[in-house]
Amino acid sequence: MGIITDNLDLWGEMIVGTLLLFFAGGTLALILGTIVGAMRVSPIPIARGVGAFYVNTVRNTPLTLVFFAFAFALPPLLGLRLTGAVSITLAICALGIYTATYVAETIRSGINTVPVGQAEAARAIGLTFGQVMRFVVLPQAFRSVIPPMMSVFIALLKNTTVAAGFSIANLGSVRAYLSERGENQFVAILWVMAIFVALVLLLSWAQQTFERRWKVAR
Amino acid sequence: MTSVLYDVPGPRAIARNRILGVITVVVVLAILGFILWRLWATGQFTAEKWSAFTYTNVWVQIGIATLNTLAAFGAAAVGALIVGFVLAIGRLSDHAWLRRPVGAVVEVLRAVPVLVFMFLLYYGLPVIGVKMDPYWAVVIALIAYNGSVLAEVIRAGVESLPKGQSEAGYAIGLRKAGVMRLILLPQAIRAMMPVIIAQLVVTLKDTALGYIITYEELLFYARYIGSQSTYGSPIVPATIIVGTIYILLCLILSYIAYRVERRLRRTHRTVITVDLLDENITTTRAVAVQAGLDSIGGSEGTGGGLRG
Repeated sequence: MGIITDNLDLWGEMIVGTLLLFFAGGTLALILGTIVGAMRVSPIPIARGVGAFYVNTVRNTPLTLVFFAFAFALPPLLGLRLTGAVSITLAICALGIYTATYVAETIRSGINTVPVGQAEAARAIGLTFGQVMRFVVLPQAFRSVIPPMMSVFIALLKNTTVAAGFSIANLGSVRAYLSERGENQFVAILWVMAIFVALVLLLSWAQQTFERRWKVAR
Repeated sequence: MTSVLYDVPGPRAIARNRILGVITVVVVLAILGFILWRLWATGQFTAEKWSAFTYTNVWVQIGIATLNTLAAFGAAAVGALIVGFVLAIGRLSDHAWLRRPVGAVVEVLRAVPVLVFMFLLYYGLPVIGVKMDPYWAVVIALIAYNGSVLAEVIRAGVESLPKGQSEAGYAIGLRKAGVMRLILLPQAIRAMMPVIIAQLVVTLKDTALGYIITYEELLFYARYIGSQSTYGSPIVPATIIVGTIYILLCLILSYIAYRVERRLRRTHRTVITVDLLDENITTTRAVAVQAGLDSIGGSEGTGGGLRG
């Protein structure tokens, strides 16, 4: 326990770093992912094509490569000076852009789980587009989207550690700072693992609860 | 053609869709134009920036780096498949003394970020006197993580089979091992093949994490060549070249997954649809396995394929 209680300031800072990456990256991913997901199911062929291209390319790109491009290639291109805030923003963008593809795919497959007959029946009784969405399609899609969406966010939480390779403070980089202070790295990393196991178990517990509560009865 | 979301468009919807299509094109062109402008404005198209890539030796080094990436991937993929099978069978065991600990191990390995596991092997173990090559740290961490994910995939595949399959196996006098080996696993693997290959794409992508623990793969070399001031520090060209190689490798593997899935759907349509109609929970779980588990380098259309 000494390794934690003696370095509370450092652990606090690192956990804040991880949470910042998680929530800011997650928000960006949700916004971007919803737009791309909407493009992928839209009736406009060109928008579908652009969405598919984005998803297929970024999903086949290693996250480390995305971080690499944002940390090393983008600053000289945009003429950015690498201050702390700029680096963190770039890291958040890298995480958000990468995770957005998974958000988009989850939304798309959620909408695909709604049988076409549901929408056709809704149109047949004279509901408008907005009503079809609001009362019939989206409630069903939303329920089948939540559990896989939680998995996407669990993955995002774990992916925040990649930022440690690009000198962004988070739980993944605790090891480097602690070894500078002469602490035992092995024990430090074991603690980081324990924290992640706890956080992931918490999120999967929430996921199972949602899944039970919102199961679509078909 | 009607979809869940949209009815057949009328004249007004067609006009509106055209306008939205034009807006999409304009936005995409604006983004591309901006990127090209920045590339041009910062002199990325000058011959000097690309001069490093006119040397045979540089390309030989890129080739070696690619081979290093593939070597880590190959070892990790084979290891992960083996470990995945062992853990899956352990988790499906009838004996609680085996099932519970294996389950706990799988859950923990899945919850720990791969990079942290690599740190443990590369930076942590030397503290207790075990020195490890970056190569082995990358391979072992990837095996541990992907093996446990594959274990879950295989288990989900076995559990999604109708109960009659194993009952029939027992009825003709097979033992537990026989039922598993001859009846359940072949069907489960066949049904889960696209997911298994998709997980291998994740493995390939995650080899890039080796860069962070100084494994000399593609990104490591890109960083090296990109910081050579003799060639004008061509970090942008290096990123473009190495990125293209990585994406191509992953796309090839993803394409294989897509082809396998399509073939499965064509030749064993009845088997798969019966499975999915049989039990709705399975569908959700399979979607979760595919869409969620982690980095999910899934193949195109898997979500659609699982419509129950």
